[in-house]
Amino acid sequence: MRTILVIARKEIQEGLRNRWVLATTLLLATLALTLTFLGSAPTGNVGASALDVVVVSLSSLSVFLVPLIALLISHDAVVGEAERGTLLLLLSYPLARWQVIVGKFVGHLAILAFATLVGYGAAGLALGLTGGSGLAAGWPAFARLIGSSVLLGAVFVAVGYLVSVLAGERGTAGGIAVGIWLVFVLVYDMALLGLLVADQGRTVTAGLLDALLLLNPTDAYRLLNLGGGAGAISGMGGMAEIASLGAPALLAALLLWTALPLAAAMLVFSRREA
Amino acid sequence: MTHRIDIEAVSKSFGAVEAVRDVSFSLAEGEIVALVGHNGAGKTTLIKLMLGLIRPTSGRVRVLGGDPAADPAVRARLGYLPENVSFNPALTGRETLAFYAALKRAPRAQIAELLDRVGLSAAADRRVRTYSKGMRQRLGLAQALIGAPQVLLLDEPTTGLDPALRRDFYGFLDDLRAGGATILLSSHALSELEGRADHIVIMGQGVKIADGTLDALRGIARLPTRIRVRLAEGERQRLDGGAGWRPVNGHMLEIDAAPEDKVALLRTAMGAEIADLDVTPPTLDELYAHFQDRQREAGR
Repeated sequence: MRTILVIARKEIQEGLRNRWVLATTLLLATLALTLTFLGSAPTGNVGASALDVVVVSLSSLSVFLVPLIALLISHDAVVGEAERGTLLLLLSYPLARWQVIVGKFVGHLAILAFATLVGYGAAGLALGLTGGSGLAAGWPAFARLIGSSVLLGAVFVAVGYLVSVLAGERGTAGGIAVGIWLVFVLVYDMALLGLLVADQGRTVTAGLLDALLLLNPTDAYRLLNLGGGAGAISGMGGMAEIASLGAPALLAALLLWTALPLAAAMLVFSRREA
Repeated sequence: MTHRIDIEAVSKSFGAVEAVRDVSFSLAEGEIVALVGHNGAGKTTLIKLMLGLIRPTSGRVRVLGGDPAADPAVRARLGYLPENVSFNPALTGRETLAFYAALKRAPRAQIAELLDRVGLSAAADRRVRTYSKGMRQRLGLAQALIGAPQVLLLDEPTTGLDPALRRDFYGFLDDLRAGGATILLSSHALSELEGRADHIVIMGQGVKIADGTLDALRGIARLPTRIRVRLAEGERQRLDGGAGWRPVNGHMLEIDAAPEDKVALLRTAMGAEIADLDVTPPTLDELYAHFQDRQREAGR
């Protein structure tokens, strides 16, 4: 346990030193604040609370940004250290290899959680201070947005580690990470949409659609945030009605999407020869 | 003396490449051992095997009574300095050492002491990015000394150190050995190891080609000792006719003496009026070249 914390602490220290923490937090805060104030302008009497609008726009933003940030931090974690020559020395210390992965995961997730909490929290705070109407009902959805964004980050940090232990070179790892981002964030949904349009509901049943949505962590994240009250004003509303997935199933999907790649990364790393 | 490290009939292949083939040797408590060999002779592979970073294809590696690959706790009593050591450039020297000390569960008080010992106290709070190669190497050495390890594995430790630091470095090693530590040095700089290593293991193409003390290796190699005398004025003719003596520079005589003839030849030389006398036993460089040639011939 202590070994894990020592490694996590070093990742955080390095993140602070190379300005990753600062850059990520500022980026998320800037975008969140911008969306909050641009987005709240037209809501006056549409019936949607300002907070709901913010949740919808922020979650649409997070779906693109959080996986990207997570992959950027994580794809380099093992292969980068191996290439810089620091990994060999680290592994000569009294620690097990899975502890290296878990320690880095804790550290990177802490960085991501801090950035999300402060960045999005700033937007929430600003909204609270300017005092929109009917805010109180929106706070649980806002809290869920922050929590699920961190979880989405965890998924892609874990996926990034798997890439990092499998890739032989940093460049390869970077390329694969970009590819994974494109597939999960853009290509998958377009393909799914194309399939639904072409199929016209003949073979793709509701059950199959559920499964297909759970197979992509970004879709699970979208449904989690856009399925509720906010769904009515988002494009996902219709999809959320067809899909019969409850929050527990979506959460479980995200947790599995974190645990499986992380376990695979630990296994591959333990078996490989340094 | 108890054995700290036992390498028993160890082979290691990476795919089709056999990096180490059927190597056995052991390292005792309180000795400095030099692991010598050309690039690719298998030195680094052996060190990685001792650290448990890779597993032998066949044979057995025992370090401090345990299997380093199966039991990471063994590594708590090991210090390692990799060849071309590198650190995260964004952290300071002190932060770097604090991290490694925490991983080894060593007291924090040791950090300042170690920094002082390798002469980095003044630079301790600067980032590693600003360090010279020698300073990084010293930080690497400080890192290896954390937790007073019983076994030190140093891969090319003196590269990048200036002569004064090298002397200091060998000074540390003597202190550590006096404290009972076993030290394995891999090196190309053979002349440096002379008189410092108690025991020498010579590797060539993945095979151990010689193993013993410097004296024992000299005995096996039977390389001649070079005796060179400078005669007093007017005495030049006396040794001139002697068998095997060659004139050098007009006023000196030189002979390559086989081990058993050495004393007799020295007596002869002392019988003449001589102004100076030099006796040079075969150097480690010559021994190394000899064993390598012998292996090359055997391989033919």
